[in-house]
Amino acid sequence: MHPAPSVILFTCLSGAGFGLLFWLDAGLARPEGTAALAQFALAYGLATAGLIASTFHLGNPQRALRAFSQWRTSWLSREGWASVAALAASAPVALSTSFGPPGQSFAGGPLGLAAALLTALTLLSTAMIYAQLKTIPRWHHWTTPLSFLTFAVTGGAILSGAGFIAALLCLALGLVMALTFWQGDRRFAASGSNLNLATGLKGQIRPFAPAHTAQNYILTEMIHQVGRKHAQKLRLIALALASLAPAALLLTLPTGPIAILPAFASHLTGALIQRWLFFAEAEHVVRHYYGPA
Amino acid sequence: MTALPPPSAKKLGLVIDLDTCVGCQACVTACKGWNDQGYGAPLSDQNPYGADPSGTFLNRVHSYEVTPDEGAPQIINFPRSCLHCDNAPCVTVCPTGASYKRAEDGIVLVNEDACIGCGLCAWACPYGARELDPAAGVMKKCTLCVDRIYNETLPEEDRQPACVRTCPTGARHFGDLADPDSAVSQLVAARGGYDLMPDLGTRPTNKYLPPRKKDARATASPLAPLLDLQANGFAGWLDRLLEKL
Repeated sequence: MHPAPSVILFTCLSGAGFGLLFWLDAGLARPEGTAALAQFALAYGLATAGLIASTFHLGNPQRALRAFSQWRTSWLSREGWASVAALAASAPVALSTSFGPPGQSFAGGPLGLAAALLTALTLLSTAMIYAQLKTIPRWHHWTTPLSFLTFAVTGGAILSGAGFIAALLCLALGLVMALTFWQGDRRFAASGSNLNLATGLKGQIRPFAPAHTAQNYILTEMIHQVGRKHAQKLRLIALALASLAPAALLLTLPTGPIAILPAFASHLTGALIQRWLFFAEAEHVVRHYYGPA
Repeated sequence: MTALPPPSAKKLGLVIDLDTCVGCQACVTACKGWNDQGYGAPLSDQNPYGADPSGTFLNRVHSYEVTPDEGAPQIINFPRSCLHCDNAPCVTVCPTGASYKRAEDGIVLVNEDACIGCGLCAWACPYGARELDPAAGVMKKCTLCVDRIYNETLPEEDRQPACVRTCPTGARHFGDLADPDSAVSQLVAARGGYDLMPDLGTRPTNKYLPPRKKDARATASPLAPLLDLQANGFAGWLDRLLEKL
Protein backbone atom coordinates (compact mmCIF):
# COMPACT_ATOMS: atom_id res chain seq x y z
CA MET A 1 0.00 0.00 0.00
CA HIS A 2 1.09 3.56 -0.67
CA PRO A 3 2.65 5.00 2.52
CA ALA A 4 1.02 8.47 2.40
CA PRO A 5 2.95 10.87 4.71
CA SER A 6 -0.32 12.50 5.86
CA VAL A 7 -1.71 9.19 7.12
CA ILE A 8 1.59 8.18 8.77
CA LEU A 9 1.77 11.53 10.59
CA PHE A 10 -1.91 11.30 11.53
CA THR A 11 -1.74 7.84 13.07
CA CYS A 12 1.54 8.53 14.94
CA LEU A 13 0.78 12.04 16.25
CA SER A 14 -2.87 11.39 17.09
CA GLY A 15 -1.88 8.05 18.60
CA ALA A 16 0.60 9.70 20.98
CA GLY A 17 -1.81 12.59 21.71
CA PHE A 18 -4.77 10.39 22.56
CA GLY A 19 -2.41 8.03 24.41
CA LEU A 20 -1.29 10.91 26.65
CA LEU A 21 -4.89 12.02 27.10
CA PHE A 22 -5.73 8.46 28.21
CA TRP A 23 -3.08 8.59 30.98
CA LEU A 24 -4.17 12.05 32.13
CA ASP A 25 -7.94 11.34 32.02
CA ALA A 26 -7.63 8.01 33.79
CA GLY A 27 -5.57 9.59 36.54
CA LEU A 28 -2.65 7.25 35.91
CA ALA A 29 -0.46 10.37 35.78
CA ARG A 30 -1.21 13.08 38.34
CA PRO A 31 0.35 16.39 37.26
CA GLU A 32 -0.95 19.58 38.94
CA GLY A 33 -1.22 23.26 38.00
CA THR A 34 1.02 24.49 35.21
CA ALA A 35 2.54 21.06 34.60
CA ALA A 36 -0.97 19.64 34.09
CA LEU A 37 -1.89 22.51 31.75
CA ALA A 38 1.27 21.91 29.70
CA GLN A 39 0.62 18.15 29.44
CA PHE A 40 -3.03 18.56 28.48
CA ALA A 41 -2.04 21.23 25.92
CA LEU A 42 0.54 18.84 24.46
CA ALA A 43 -2.04 16.02 24.27
CA TYR A 44 -4.63 18.25 22.56
CA GLY A 45 -1.95 19.66 20.24
CA LEU A 46 -0.69 16.25 19.11
CA ALA A 47 -4.20 14.81 18.70
CA THR A 48 -5.55 17.73 16.65
CA ALA A 49 -2.37 18.10 14.57
CA GLY A 50 -2.76 14.44 13.60
CA LEU A 51 -6.46 14.84 12.79
CA ILE A 52 -5.71 17.88 10.61
CA ALA A 53 -2.90 15.98 8.83
CA SER A 54 -5.38 13.19 8.03
CA THR A 55 -7.41 15.56 5.83
CA PHE A 56 -4.39 16.33 3.58
CA HIS A 57 -4.74 13.15 1.54
CA LEU A 58 -8.44 13.70 0.77
CA GLY A 59 -9.54 14.49 -2.78
CA ASN A 60 -12.20 16.90 -1.51
CA PRO A 61 -11.30 17.91 2.10
CA GLN A 62 -13.91 20.71 2.10
CA ARG A 63 -16.58 18.02 2.51
CA ALA A 64 -14.79 16.35 5.47
CA LEU A 65 -17.70 17.07 7.85
CA ARG A 66 -19.82 14.60 5.87
CA ALA A 67 -17.58 11.86 7.30
CA PHE A 68 -19.52 12.10 10.59
CA SER A 69 -22.70 10.74 9.01
CA GLN A 70 -22.09 6.98 8.67
CA TRP A 71 -21.12 5.89 12.21
CA ARG A 72 -23.48 2.92 12.04
CA THR A 73 -21.36 1.11 9.44
CA SER A 74 -18.04 2.90 8.91
CA TRP A 75 -15.05 2.74 11.27
CA LEU A 76 -13.69 5.94 9.68
CA SER A 77 -16.89 7.74 10.63
CA ARG A 78 -16.84 6.22 14.14
CA GLU A 79 -13.28 7.44 14.56
CA GLY A 80 -14.44 10.97 13.76
CA TRP A 81 -17.17 10.83 16.42
CA ALA A 82 -14.98 9.11 19.01
CA SER A 83 -12.17 11.68 18.59
CA VAL A 84 -14.51 14.66 18.95
CA ALA A 85 -16.24 13.03 21.95
CA ALA A 86 -12.89 12.21 23.60
CA LEU A 87 -11.57 15.75 23.12
CA ALA A 88 -14.82 17.25 24.46
CA ALA A 89 -15.07 14.91 27.47
CA SER A 90 -11.42 15.56 28.37
CA ALA A 91 -11.94 19.34 28.53
CA PRO A 92 -13.52 19.42 32.05
CA VAL A 93 -10.84 16.97 33.24
CA ALA A 94 -8.12 19.25 31.82
CA LEU A 95 -9.66 22.40 33.36
CA SER A 96 -10.23 20.84 36.78
CA THR A 97 -6.72 19.37 36.89
CA SER A 98 -4.98 22.55 35.70
CA PHE A 99 -6.96 25.27 37.48
CA GLY A 100 -9.02 23.55 40.20
CA PRO A 101 -8.00 23.25 43.84
CA PRO A 102 -5.63 20.33 44.50
CA GLY A 103 -7.45 17.05 45.00
CA GLN A 104 -10.57 18.28 43.19
CA SER A 105 -9.56 17.02 39.72
CA PHE A 106 -11.98 14.90 37.67
CA ALA A 107 -9.02 12.73 36.55
CA GLY A 108 -9.52 9.13 37.64
CA GLY A 109 -13.11 9.85 38.72
CA PRO A 110 -16.23 8.77 36.79
CA LEU A 111 -15.93 11.65 34.28
CA GLY A 112 -12.19 11.10 33.83
CA LEU A 113 -12.62 7.36 33.31
CA ALA A 114 -15.42 7.98 30.80
CA ALA A 115 -13.13 10.39 28.91
CA ALA A 116 -10.30 7.82 29.05
CA LEU A 117 -12.67 5.19 27.63
CA LEU A 118 -13.52 7.54 24.73
CA THR A 119 -9.82 8.07 23.95
CA ALA A 120 -9.37 4.28 23.91
CA LEU A 121 -12.37 3.99 21.56
CA THR A 122 -10.78 6.60 19.26
CA LEU A 123 -7.54 4.60 19.12
CA LEU A 124 -9.45 1.36 18.52
CA SER A 125 -11.50 2.95 15.69
CA THR A 126 -8.32 4.17 13.98
CA ALA A 127 -6.87 0.66 14.10
CA MET A 128 -10.13 -0.91 12.91
CA ILE A 129 -10.10 1.23 9.73
CA TYR A 130 -7.15 -0.96 8.72
CA ALA A 131 -7.92 -4.20 10.56
CA GLN A 132 -11.40 -4.48 8.95
CA LEU A 133 -9.97 -4.79 5.41
CA LYS A 134 -10.11 -8.44 4.27
CA THR A 135 -8.39 -7.34 1.06
CA ILE A 136 -5.15 -6.65 2.98
CA PRO A 137 -4.39 -9.88 4.88
CA ARG A 138 -1.43 -8.35 6.79
CA TRP A 139 -3.77 -5.86 8.45
CA HIS A 140 -6.83 -8.09 8.85
CA HIS A 141 -5.75 -9.50 12.22
CA TRP A 142 -6.00 -8.73 15.96
CA THR A 143 -2.33 -7.71 16.05
CA THR A 144 -3.27 -4.48 14.19
CA PRO A 145 -5.42 -3.01 17.01
CA LEU A 146 -3.00 -4.45 19.59
CA SER A 147 -0.08 -2.69 17.90
CA PHE A 148 -1.89 0.66 17.49
CA LEU A 149 -3.10 0.64 21.12
CA THR A 150 0.30 -0.37 22.54
CA PHE A 151 2.05 2.36 20.58
CA ALA A 152 -0.43 4.99 21.84
CA VAL A 153 -0.34 3.90 25.48
CA THR A 154 3.48 3.71 25.43
CA GLY A 155 3.86 7.15 23.82
CA GLY A 156 1.38 8.55 26.35
CA ALA A 157 3.23 6.91 29.25
CA ILE A 158 6.56 8.40 28.17
CA LEU A 159 5.06 11.90 27.83
CA SER A 160 3.17 11.72 31.12
CA GLY A 161 6.43 11.05 32.96
CA ALA A 162 5.50 7.54 34.07
CA GLY A 163 9.21 6.70 34.25
CA PHE A 164 9.68 3.05 35.24
CA ILE A 165 6.22 1.95 34.00
CA ALA A 166 6.87 3.77 30.70
CA ALA A 167 10.15 1.87 30.35
CA LEU A 168 8.34 -1.44 30.95
CA LEU A 169 5.70 -0.46 28.35
CA CYS A 170 8.50 0.36 25.87
CA LEU A 171 9.85 -3.17 26.29
CA ALA A 172 6.33 -4.66 25.94
CA LEU A 173 5.93 -2.58 22.78
CA GLY A 174 9.10 -4.19 21.43
CA LEU A 175 7.54 -7.63 21.91
CA VAL A 176 4.30 -6.52 20.21
CA MET A 177 6.29 -5.06 17.28
CA ALA A 178 8.29 -8.26 16.85
CA LEU A 179 5.10 -10.35 17.01
CA THR A 180 3.38 -8.09 14.46
CA PHE A 181 6.32 -8.24 12.03
CA TRP A 182 6.73 -12.00 12.43
CA GLN A 183 3.12 -12.95 11.96
CA GLY A 184 2.40 -10.19 9.39
CA ASP A 185 4.86 -11.86 7.01
CA ARG A 186 2.74 -15.01 7.09
CA ARG A 187 -0.66 -13.47 6.54
CA PHE A 188 -0.67 -13.04 2.75
CA ALA A 189 0.29 -16.65 2.08
CA ALA A 190 -2.01 -17.87 4.88
CA SER A 191 -4.98 -16.05 3.31
CA GLY A 192 -4.88 -18.63 0.50
CA SER A 193 -5.66 -15.92 -2.04
CA ASN A 194 -4.10 -16.41 -5.48
CA LEU A 195 -4.50 -15.63 -9.20
CA ASN A 196 -6.56 -18.81 -9.73
CA LEU A 197 -9.19 -17.63 -7.22
CA ALA A 198 -8.95 -14.08 -8.60
CA THR A 199 -9.69 -15.14 -12.18
CA GLY A 200 -11.49 -18.45 -11.61
CA LEU A 201 -9.18 -20.05 -14.19
CA LYS A 202 -7.70 -23.50 -13.64
CA GLY A 203 -4.09 -24.51 -14.25
CA GLN A 204 -0.92 -22.45 -14.30
CA ILE A 205 -1.50 -18.77 -15.03
CA ARG A 206 1.13 -16.35 -16.27
CA PRO A 207 0.44 -12.69 -17.06
CA PHE A 208 0.84 -12.38 -20.85
CA ALA A 209 0.03 -8.75 -21.63
CA PRO A 210 -0.72 -6.04 -19.09
CA ALA A 211 -4.13 -4.34 -19.16
CA HIS A 212 -2.39 -1.00 -19.68
CA THR A 213 1.13 0.25 -20.19
CA ALA A 214 0.79 3.44 -18.13
CA GLN A 215 0.64 3.84 -14.36
CA ASN A 216 -2.79 3.98 -12.78
CA TYR A 217 -4.39 4.57 -9.39
CA ILE A 218 -4.58 0.85 -8.59
CA LEU A 219 -0.83 0.41 -9.15
CA THR A 220 0.37 3.52 -7.32
CA GLU A 221 -2.07 3.18 -4.41
CA MET A 222 -2.37 -0.57 -3.87
CA ILE A 223 0.65 -2.22 -5.48
CA HIS A 224 3.20 0.27 -4.24
CA GLN A 225 6.41 -1.45 -3.24
CA VAL A 226 9.04 1.16 -2.46
CA GLY A 227 11.75 0.43 0.05
CA ARG A 228 10.91 -3.20 0.75
CA LYS A 229 14.56 -3.83 -0.10
CA HIS A 230 15.60 -2.36 3.27
CA ALA A 231 12.61 -3.65 5.22
CA GLN A 232 14.61 -5.91 7.55
CA LYS A 233 17.05 -3.11 8.47
CA LEU A 234 14.21 -0.64 8.94
CA ARG A 235 12.42 -3.06 11.25
CA LEU A 236 15.47 -3.33 13.49
CA ILE A 237 15.93 0.47 13.47
CA ALA A 238 12.23 0.95 14.35
CA LEU A 239 12.50 -1.61 17.14
CA ALA A 240 15.62 0.05 18.55
CA LEU A 241 14.25 3.61 18.35
CA ALA A 242 10.65 2.97 19.45
CA SER A 243 11.31 0.40 22.15
CA LEU A 244 14.87 -0.29 23.34
CA ALA A 245 16.44 3.20 23.28
CA PRO A 246 13.59 4.97 25.15
CA ALA A 247 13.48 2.14 27.71
CA ALA A 248 17.22 2.54 28.31
CA LEU A 249 16.98 6.34 28.50
CA LEU A 250 14.06 6.24 30.95
CA LEU A 251 15.82 3.73 33.20
CA THR A 252 19.20 5.48 33.28
CA LEU A 253 18.50 9.23 33.13
CA PRO A 254 17.03 11.11 36.12
CA THR A 255 13.24 11.48 35.91
CA GLY A 256 11.80 14.64 34.38
CA PRO A 257 12.13 16.43 31.03
CA ILE A 258 15.80 15.43 30.72
CA ALA A 259 14.69 11.80 30.25
CA ILE A 260 11.25 12.41 28.69
CA LEU A 261 12.37 14.60 25.76
CA PRO A 262 15.05 12.33 24.26
CA ALA A 263 13.01 9.21 25.06
CA PHE A 264 9.92 10.55 23.29
CA ALA A 265 11.91 11.89 20.33
CA SER A 266 13.44 8.45 19.85
CA HIS A 267 10.10 6.67 20.37
CA LEU A 268 8.25 8.91 17.87
CA THR A 269 10.95 8.46 15.22
CA GLY A 270 10.71 4.69 15.66
CA ALA A 271 6.91 4.91 15.51
CA LEU A 272 7.07 6.85 12.22
CA ILE A 273 9.38 4.23 10.69
CA GLN A 274 7.17 1.38 11.94
CA ARG A 275 4.06 3.09 10.52
CA TRP A 276 5.81 3.65 7.19
CA LEU A 277 6.58 -0.09 7.08
CA PHE A 278 2.97 -0.86 8.11
CA PHE A 279 1.80 0.67 4.82
CA ALA A 280 4.78 -0.08 2.57
CA GLU A 281 4.84 -3.78 3.43
CA ALA A 282 1.08 -4.37 3.21
CA GLU A 283 0.02 -6.39 0.16
CA HIS A 284 -3.46 -5.95 -1.37
CA VAL A 285 -5.12 -8.97 -3.04
CA VAL A 286 -5.70 -6.92 -6.24
CA ARG A 287 -2.01 -7.38 -6.97
CA HIS A 288 -2.73 -10.94 -8.13
CA TYR A 289 -4.21 -9.55 -11.35
CA TYR A 290 -0.87 -7.91 -12.12
CA GLY A 291 1.13 -11.08 -11.56
CA PRO A 292 3.94 -11.98 -9.18
CA ALA A 293 6.11 -9.17 -7.85
CA MET B 1 -26.83 5.33 4.75
CA THR B 2 -23.97 3.11 3.68
CA ALA B 3 -25.68 0.14 5.26
CA LEU B 4 -26.37 -2.42 2.55
CA PRO B 5 -30.03 -2.69 1.51
CA PRO B 6 -31.82 -6.06 1.87
CA PRO B 7 -31.22 -8.29 -1.18
CA SER B 8 -32.99 -6.66 -4.12
CA ALA B 9 -35.62 -8.47 -6.20
CA LYS B 10 -33.72 -7.36 -9.27
CA LYS B 11 -29.94 -7.78 -9.62
CA LEU B 12 -28.64 -6.11 -12.73
CA GLY B 13 -25.18 -7.17 -13.80
CA LEU B 14 -22.87 -8.49 -16.47
CA VAL B 15 -21.94 -11.97 -17.63
CA ILE B 16 -18.51 -12.05 -19.24
CA ASP B 17 -17.57 -14.94 -21.51
CA LEU B 18 -13.84 -15.68 -21.24
CA ASP B 19 -14.15 -18.17 -24.11
CA THR B 20 -15.35 -15.56 -26.59
CA CYS B 21 -13.41 -12.47 -25.50
CA VAL B 22 -10.63 -11.69 -27.98
CA GLY B 23 -9.06 -8.89 -25.92
CA CYS B 24 -9.74 -6.17 -28.51
CA GLN B 25 -10.19 -3.51 -25.78
CA ALA B 26 -13.32 -2.13 -27.53
CA CYS B 27 -15.25 -2.31 -24.21
CA VAL B 28 -12.49 -0.30 -22.50
CA THR B 29 -12.71 2.41 -25.15
CA ALA B 30 -16.51 2.46 -25.27
CA CYS B 31 -16.66 2.74 -21.47
CA LYS B 32 -14.15 5.57 -21.38
CA GLY B 33 -15.98 7.33 -24.23
CA TRP B 34 -19.44 7.13 -22.66
CA ASN B 35 -18.24 8.08 -19.18
CA ASP B 36 -16.47 11.16 -20.49
CA GLN B 37 -19.71 12.89 -21.27
CA GLY B 38 -22.63 11.76 -19.14
CA TYR B 39 -22.94 10.64 -15.54
CA GLY B 40 -20.83 12.51 -12.95
CA ALA B 41 -17.34 13.91 -13.32
CA PRO B 42 -15.75 12.93 -16.67
CA LEU B 43 -13.05 10.24 -16.53
CA SER B 44 -9.91 12.36 -16.77
CA ASP B 45 -6.54 11.79 -18.38
CA GLN B 46 -3.27 13.11 -16.99
CA ASN B 47 -0.63 14.36 -19.41
CA PRO B 48 -2.46 12.63 -22.32
CA TYR B 49 -0.17 13.91 -25.09
CA GLY B 50 3.03 13.95 -23.02
CA ALA B 51 5.78 11.44 -22.40
CA ASP B 52 4.06 9.75 -19.45
CA PRO B 53 0.30 9.63 -20.06
CA SER B 54 -2.16 8.01 -17.63
CA GLY B 55 -5.87 8.12 -16.98
CA THR B 56 -8.88 6.83 -15.09
CA PHE B 57 -10.70 3.79 -16.47
CA LEU B 58 -13.65 1.78 -15.14
CA ASN B 59 -12.84 -1.35 -17.10
CA ARG B 60 -9.47 -2.88 -17.92
CA VAL B 61 -8.67 -6.04 -19.88
CA HIS B 62 -5.76 -8.26 -18.80
CA SER B 63 -4.31 -11.13 -20.86
CA TYR B 64 -3.11 -14.33 -19.24
CA GLU B 65 -1.36 -17.40 -20.57
CA VAL B 66 -3.12 -20.36 -18.96
CA THR B 67 -1.61 -23.83 -19.05
CA PRO B 68 -4.30 -26.30 -18.02
CA ASP B 69 -3.39 -29.61 -16.36
CA GLU B 70 -4.19 -31.32 -19.65
CA GLY B 71 -4.02 -29.75 -23.10
CA ALA B 72 -2.23 -26.89 -24.77
CA PRO B 73 -1.64 -23.45 -23.23
CA GLN B 74 -4.22 -20.81 -24.08
CA ILE B 75 -4.38 -17.03 -24.04
CA ILE B 76 -7.33 -15.88 -21.91
CA ASN B 77 -8.39 -12.25 -22.09
CA PHE B 78 -9.81 -11.12 -18.79
CA PRO B 79 -11.94 -7.95 -18.51
CA ARG B 80 -11.99 -6.56 -14.96
CA SER B 81 -14.59 -4.08 -13.68
CA CYS B 82 -17.04 -3.58 -10.79
CA LEU B 83 -18.99 -6.76 -10.01
CA HIS B 84 -21.84 -4.96 -8.16
CA CYS B 85 -21.46 -7.30 -5.17
CA ASP B 86 -24.41 -8.23 -2.96
CA ASN B 87 -22.16 -7.92 0.07
CA ALA B 88 -20.19 -4.93 -1.21
CA PRO B 89 -17.33 -4.06 1.22
CA CYS B 90 -16.78 -0.73 -0.61
CA VAL B 91 -20.21 0.48 0.53
CA THR B 92 -20.04 -0.19 4.26
CA VAL B 93 -16.59 1.37 4.78
CA CYS B 94 -17.62 4.74 3.30
CA PRO B 95 -17.68 7.43 6.03
CA THR B 96 -19.89 9.90 4.15
CA GLY B 97 -22.63 7.75 2.62
CA ALA B 98 -21.40 8.63 -0.88
CA SER B 99 -20.89 4.96 -1.75
CA TYR B 100 -24.22 3.12 -1.93
CA LYS B 101 -26.01 0.11 -3.35
CA ARG B 102 -29.40 0.72 -4.95
CA ALA B 103 -32.24 -1.18 -3.30
CA GLU B 104 -34.25 -1.37 -6.54
CA ASP B 105 -31.73 -3.02 -8.89
CA GLY B 106 -28.55 -3.68 -6.88
CA ILE B 107 -26.31 -1.27 -8.82
CA VAL B 108 -23.42 0.08 -6.70
CA LEU B 109 -22.92 3.81 -7.27
CA VAL B 110 -21.02 6.81 -5.88
CA ASN B 111 -22.77 10.08 -5.07
CA GLU B 112 -19.91 12.29 -6.19
CA ASP B 113 -21.27 15.38 -4.43
CA ALA B 114 -20.77 13.62 -1.07
CA CYS B 115 -17.46 11.87 -1.82
CA ILE B 116 -14.47 13.27 0.10
CA GLY B 117 -11.97 11.18 -1.90
CA CYS B 118 -10.48 9.32 1.08
CA GLY B 119 -9.92 6.19 -1.03
CA LEU B 120 -11.00 3.71 1.66
CA CYS B 121 -13.61 2.08 -0.65
CA ALA B 122 -10.89 1.37 -3.22
CA TRP B 123 -8.83 -0.29 -0.48
CA ALA B 124 -11.83 -2.41 0.54
CA CYS B 125 -12.52 -3.63 -3.03
CA PRO B 126 -10.62 -6.87 -3.85
CA TYR B 127 -11.09 -6.41 -7.60
CA GLY B 128 -9.42 -3.03 -8.17
CA ALA B 129 -12.71 -1.80 -9.59
CA ARG B 130 -12.54 1.72 -8.15
CA GLU B 131 -10.17 4.46 -9.24
CA LEU B 132 -9.88 7.90 -7.66
CA ASP B 133 -10.06 10.49 -10.42
CA PRO B 134 -7.07 12.82 -9.90
CA ALA B 135 -8.79 15.75 -11.64
CA ALA B 136 -12.10 15.64 -9.75
CA GLY B 137 -10.77 14.12 -6.49
CA VAL B 138 -13.75 11.76 -6.30
CA MET B 139 -14.04 7.98 -6.61
CA LYS B 140 -15.07 6.66 -10.02
CA LYS B 141 -16.50 3.21 -10.69
CA CYS B 142 -18.66 1.31 -13.18
CA THR B 143 -22.25 2.62 -13.06
CA LEU B 144 -23.52 -0.24 -15.21
CA CYS B 145 -24.32 2.72 -17.52
CA VAL B 146 -27.27 3.65 -15.32
CA ASP B 147 -27.69 6.67 -17.62
CA ARG B 148 -28.18 4.38 -20.66
CA ILE B 149 -30.12 1.36 -19.43
CA TYR B 150 -33.15 3.37 -18.25
CA ASN B 151 -32.79 6.14 -20.86
CA GLU B 152 -35.97 6.24 -22.92
CA THR B 153 -34.55 8.84 -25.28
CA LEU B 154 -32.18 6.16 -26.63
CA PRO B 155 -33.35 3.53 -29.15
CA GLU B 156 -34.22 0.34 -27.27
CA GLU B 157 -31.20 -1.62 -28.57
CA ASP B 158 -28.89 1.02 -27.06
CA ARG B 159 -30.38 0.68 -23.55
CA GLN B 160 -27.57 -1.50 -22.30
CA PRO B 161 -24.10 -0.72 -20.91
CA ALA B 162 -21.71 0.80 -23.48
CA CYS B 163 -19.26 -2.11 -23.07
CA VAL B 164 -21.97 -4.68 -23.86
CA ARG B 165 -23.36 -2.69 -26.78
CA THR B 166 -19.94 -2.33 -28.39
CA CYS B 167 -18.49 -5.83 -27.86
CA PRO B 168 -17.89 -7.20 -31.40
CA THR B 169 -17.78 -10.86 -30.33
CA GLY B 170 -20.76 -10.91 -28.00
CA ALA B 171 -18.56 -11.79 -25.03
CA ARG B 172 -20.45 -9.43 -22.70
CA HIS B 173 -24.05 -9.91 -21.63
CA PHE B 174 -26.28 -7.65 -19.54
CA GLY B 175 -29.41 -8.62 -17.62
CA ASP B 176 -31.18 -9.47 -14.37
CA LEU B 177 -29.23 -12.17 -12.54
CA ALA B 178 -31.89 -12.51 -9.82
CA ASP B 179 -34.42 -13.79 -12.38
CA PRO B 180 -33.66 -17.47 -13.05
CA ASP B 181 -35.48 -17.27 -16.41
CA SER B 182 -33.48 -14.32 -17.77
CA ALA B 183 -31.13 -14.93 -20.68
CA VAL B 184 -28.08 -14.15 -18.52
CA SER B 185 -29.15 -16.53 -15.74
CA GLN B 186 -29.75 -19.30 -18.31
CA LEU B 187 -26.30 -18.65 -19.76
CA VAL B 188 -24.69 -18.84 -16.31
CA ALA B 189 -26.51 -22.11 -15.60
CA ALA B 190 -25.62 -23.65 -18.98
CA ARG B 191 -21.95 -22.67 -18.97
CA GLY B 192 -21.09 -22.92 -15.27
CA GLY B 193 -20.66 -19.20 -14.59
CA TYR B 194 -18.72 -18.42 -11.44
CA ASP B 195 -17.75 -15.69 -8.93
CA LEU B 196 -14.31 -14.08 -8.63
CA MET B 197 -12.51 -14.49 -5.27
CA PRO B 198 -15.43 -16.32 -3.65
CA ASP B 199 -13.24 -16.74 -0.53
CA LEU B 200 -13.74 -13.06 0.38
CA GLY B 201 -17.52 -13.40 0.74
CA THR B 202 -18.39 -10.39 -1.46
CA ARG B 203 -21.08 -12.36 -3.38
CA PRO B 204 -20.61 -10.63 -6.76
CA THR B 205 -23.59 -10.17 -9.10
CA ASN B 206 -21.42 -10.30 -12.24
CA LYS B 207 -20.46 -13.79 -13.37
CA TYR B 208 -17.63 -15.09 -15.56
CA LEU B 209 -18.04 -17.97 -18.03
CA PRO B 210 -15.01 -20.31 -18.19
CA PRO B 211 -13.21 -21.06 -21.46
CA ARG B 212 -14.74 -24.08 -23.24
CA LYS B 213 -12.72 -27.31 -23.35
CA LYS B 214 -10.47 -27.35 -26.40
CA ASP B 215 -9.70 -30.42 -28.56
CA ALA B 216 -6.59 -32.26 -27.37
CA ARG B 217 -3.59 -32.13 -29.66
CA ALA B 218 -3.10 -35.51 -31.44
CA THR B 219 0.69 -35.59 -31.87
CA ALA B 220 3.66 -34.29 -29.94
CA SER B 221 4.46 -31.63 -32.55
CA PRO B 222 2.12 -30.23 -35.19
CA LEU B 223 5.15 -30.08 -37.55
CA ALA B 224 5.82 -33.86 -37.40
CA PRO B 225 3.82 -34.85 -40.54
CA LEU B 226 5.68 -32.25 -42.61
CA LEU B 227 9.09 -33.63 -41.60
CA ASP B 228 8.27 -37.23 -42.51
CA LEU B 229 9.29 -36.99 -46.21
CA GLN B 230 8.19 -39.82 -48.52
CA ALA B 231 10.05 -39.13 -51.77
CA ASN B 232 8.99 -41.08 -54.92
CA GLY B 233 9.19 -40.74 -58.70
CA PHE B 234 12.01 -38.54 -59.98
CA ALA B 235 12.58 -37.00 -56.54
CA GLY B 236 12.79 -40.53 -55.09
CA TRP B 237 15.39 -41.62 -57.70
CA LEU B 238 17.39 -38.41 -57.00
CA ASP B 239 17.11 -39.02 -53.26
CA ARG B 240 18.45 -42.58 -53.57
CA LEU B 241 21.24 -41.48 -55.97
CA LEU B 242 22.39 -38.67 -53.68
CA GLU B 243 22.36 -41.04 -50.67
CA LYS B 244 24.84 -43.30 -52.55
CA LEU B 245 27.33 -40.54 -53.37
